[in-house]
Amino acid sequence: MIAGIRSVLAECGGLAVDAETLAINDDLYAAGLTSHGCVGLMLGLEEEFDVEFPEKLLNRRTFESIAAIRDAVRGLVDGGEA
Amino acid sequence: MNAAPAGLAELAPASVPAQVDVAARARAIGAGIAARHAEAVDRDGRFPTEAFDALREQRLLGVMIPAEFGGGGASLFEVAAACHALARGCAATGMIYAMHQIQIACLVNHGTNGWHRDLKARIAAEQLLLGSATTEAETGGDIRNSVCAVKPDPGAEHDRFTLAKNASVISYGDQSDVILVTARRNPDAPSSDQVLVVVTKDDYRLEKTTRWDAMGMRGTCSDGYRLEAAGVIGQILPLPYADLSAQTMLPVTHILWSSTWLGIAADAVSRARAFVRSEAKRKPGTTPASALRLAEATAKLQQMKAVILAAIRQYELASGSPEQLVGLSFATAMSTLKVTSSELVREVVEAAIRTCGLAGYRNDTPYSLGRHLRDAHSAALMIGNDRIMSHISTQLLVQRDGSGAFE
Repeated sequence: MIAGIRSVLAECGGLAVDAETLAINDDLYAAGLTSHGCVGLMLGLEEEFDVEFPEKLLNRRTFESIAAIRDAVRGLVDGGEA
Repeated sequence: MNAAPAGLAELAPASVPAQVDVAARARAIGAGIAARHAEAVDRDGRFPTEAFDALREQRLLGVMIPAEFGGGGASLFEVAAACHALARGCAATGMIYAMHQIQIACLVNHGTNGWHRDLKARIAAEQLLLGSATTEAETGGDIRNSVCAVKPDPGAEHDRFTLAKNASVISYGDQSDVILVTARRNPDAPSSDQVLVVVTKDDYRLEKTTRWDAMGMRGTCSDGYRLEAAGVIGQILPLPYADLSAQTMLPVTHILWSSTWLGIAADAVSRARAFVRSEAKRKPGTTPASALRLAEATAKLQQMKAVILAAIRQYELASGSPEQLVGLSFATAMSTLKVTSSELVREVVEAAIRTCGLAGYRNDTPYSLGRHLRDAHSAALMIGNDRIMSHISTQLLVQRDGSGAFE
């Protein structure tokens, strides 16, 4: 899953750095993720993992790190709302 | 260059006036001294000194500082009503007051350490005026990106920083006592990783680069400056600016700006109403034809009031829940408030001009509306509506239906 998240990040996140170099707890906003970038990132994640982010996950914290994204996506894949 | 502001809570005067109706005090200043000098402020493009002397005297600058720091502890609703009341008399006074209170809200909600607490007490005791430096020559109106950065000062014994910003606008910079500055977190941070830095007059030096000579809102003195500041790391608000903006600066800005514009619209409608009444008195028994336009202006004014009151209510409901405040649907609601009310103010003023006819068009009648129209035109341009709508349209790609009441 981490590899999938990294590839979506690289493709849709508009980061200032190479997504492969990020540790899973690195702050993505410090890596250049913007609110505009979040939108692309979320759409990319929905496509990649065939999930839909509910309203309550649509905030900055959900996308603050690769680990946070993994937890959110895992919750959605498991059928809950993370 | 003191490390911390001098005042402490115990220095605040013991006899802080009781919290008598903030809006009523603002109304008296708006209808009195602010209105009396509005023409001169507009004509000369000068700071509304008389109105701000009165606001200080009435202790209305520190009114949103919590009572524990010697302030008035006023709510956002009360402050919004004050912006409206001031803008009825002088739009520039209302707008400067709004901009000041936006900075206060950021400091009150997010300034938690000792330095910030001391500053809050000082603002209440000395009735300091707060300004902001969010726009930058290099990034233009895109306030969510910065070129300038907080630079750690390695030579200093304590944790100190320096900051230099080419600020294309610092409204009332000459009169400000404290300025809140956006900047990149450090010299290596990307342009979107911003913080808000609080600097007092003792910490900064301003060099004027441009003069504000505009169509309207002339009294805001929105000159450009080169700002150079130094201070201690504790002066930086800890929350990332993106979060701080979502939780406080963006909603409070749009609510207080809209309330100010509502004041401009309300005064235009008052003048139109007075004009129609004077016409009716000349021909008793008939309703003047222009009364129809007055009804139209009044309907739009009511619409404007409704969107603002709804937004204040939404903010109050979401307050205390960072999760709701940073949510997309709340951000969309606050941004659309700005777009809607900034368009409506112009429409209301235009309908008022059509009501008054040439008496409103002329500059020398009690019904003159030229200043109102020029001031109203700033609304759609302050953080351009097109930029906001384009941002909202991107956000709508991912937005879902909310689950709360009326969603």
